[in-house]
Amino acid sequence: MSSLRNVSNWLDERLEWDDLIAPLRKKTVPLHRLSYWYFLGGITLFLFVIQVLTGILLLLYYRPGANEAFESVQYIMTRVRFGWLIRSIHSWSANLMIFTAFAHMFSVLFLKAYRKPRELTWVSGVILLFLVMGFGFSGYLLPWNTLAFFATKVGTEITGQVPLIGKPLMIFLRGGEEVTGATLTRFFGFHVAVLPGIATLLIFLHLLLVQRLGMSIPQKLEVQWTANPSAKQEMKFFPNFLLRELMAWYAALAVLGALAAVFPWNLGVKADPFVSAPAGIKPEWYFLFMFQTLKLIPSKVWFIDGEVLGVLAFGLVGLLWLLLPFFESDQPSRPKRWITGLAVFALVYIVGMSVYGYLAN
Amino acid sequence: MTADQLSKPESTRRRVIGIFLGGGLLASFASFLYPVLRYLVPPAVPDLGGDEIVAAKLTELKPNSGKIFRFGNRPGLLIHTASGEYRAMSATCTHLSCTVQYRDDLRQVWCACHNGRYDLNGRNISGPPPRPLEGFEVQVRGDEIFVRRRREA
Repeated sequence: MSSLRNVSNWLDERLEWDDLIAPLRKKTVPLHRLSYWYFLGGITLFLFVIQVLTGILLLLYYRPGANEAFESVQYIMTRVRFGWLIRSIHSWSANLMIFTAFAHMFSVLFLKAYRKPRELTWVSGVILLFLVMGFGFSGYLLPWNTLAFFATKVGTEITGQVPLIGKPLMIFLRGGEEVTGATLTRFFGFHVAVLPGIATLLIFLHLLLVQRLGMSIPQKLEVQWTANPSAKQEMKFFPNFLLRELMAWYAALAVLGALAAVFPWNLGVKADPFVSAPAGIKPEWYFLFMFQTLKLIPSKVWFIDGEVLGVLAFGLVGLLWLLLPFFESDQPSRPKRWITGLAVFALVYIVGMSVYGYLAN
Repeated sequence: MTADQLSKPESTRRRVIGIFLGGGLLASFASFLYPVLRYLVPPAVPDLGGDEIVAAKLTELKPNSGKIFRFGNRPGLLIHTASGEYRAMSATCTHLSCTVQYRDDLRQVWCACHNGRYDLNGRNISGPPPRPLEGFEVQVRGDEIFVRRRREA
């Protein structure tokens, strides 16, 4: 122990890191019956770290390229020891991360934690959610199987529907007019370099803001605690909350390990651009609500193409979603009711459309 | 249990629980690490070369020349000596694994990386190589030159 202390002192003399971690020592977490929701962001972060680690491991054997990608994943799944486990953890963790990111967002929404002064935390968080979906979309193509091939074809085609910039954007994403090996190379680059770089920066910004602004508390409590400061209850972040968070991470890892071991991820059939799309083909569950909506829009609405209308609508909703905090009132005692209504509607819509999309033929 | 421990049952219990919990945690970390360590070791690539291959056609090599051929996963060197004999050996330099070549001006096997030299039997004669090159058996059958690994006697 004493040698550890010596190292710590040695570093402190040079880096003055006691000053650096001092805010962490002062940080507290409010205690109330909804405190459990504070864990979700941390779990999402943990799953992101798992993604980075397993992603690096997969890079040791994965080869991008239309002639090699499928075979290299097959090699990982069948020949490399525990390769199936690493890949399954990567896939499962990706899905769980998207789920926890959504859950985190809705918890923030319902607890109204996005209010002043935390608007930028919300904005960075929503961009992170979009990035995470970008990770999902780009990573899905990398095994170069039939489902991934058609998902990418449809997904990039939808991008092509955007007026004016759609077509060039689609060609940029595809690396040409069609989904080919060139698309795979690009998606690989986005997935392992571009997106991780941007996401890491944004995660730091997001955490910095959370650290700087402290934890948000529900509005009712904020009003009560402001009126009567002695009623305030809180827990030290370090070590009390951190230890609980670590336990949550450990539990998340157990769930992840169990899912990956019991339900290893499928590889499917190698993509062939000259084979028909299989019946019942669907996107990953987190794109289902958009997919189902687009299916329901008629091909012509008034004089606009249905697809174009759908894409524009989702783009607009996404933008408004990003800017949501700026519509909220500054007064904790007088929240905007319609935002709560919108949050409920969004949750019901996303869940409902996903279930509908899952059950529909 | 000593009288001293009996007088402090709480701290002993705490220690036992600590050991169990810490041990369990460490064991679980080991179980996370083990698959990763095994994953890092690449699976052995099977040597598809077999024991014997055709290194060249009889008409391919002039006297006093050499040719690199593929023997399994590694390169081999076939030499047609000035006196008309065929010799075959591993082309992987025993120094740092560069691929050697036949130098018709020196009439020696030469490695370009660090100027290592071998004679026509693959013996290291100058420069840094520590060991001779592994020699192969050569057989001429019809118009093809076969090379095979030397059987251990």
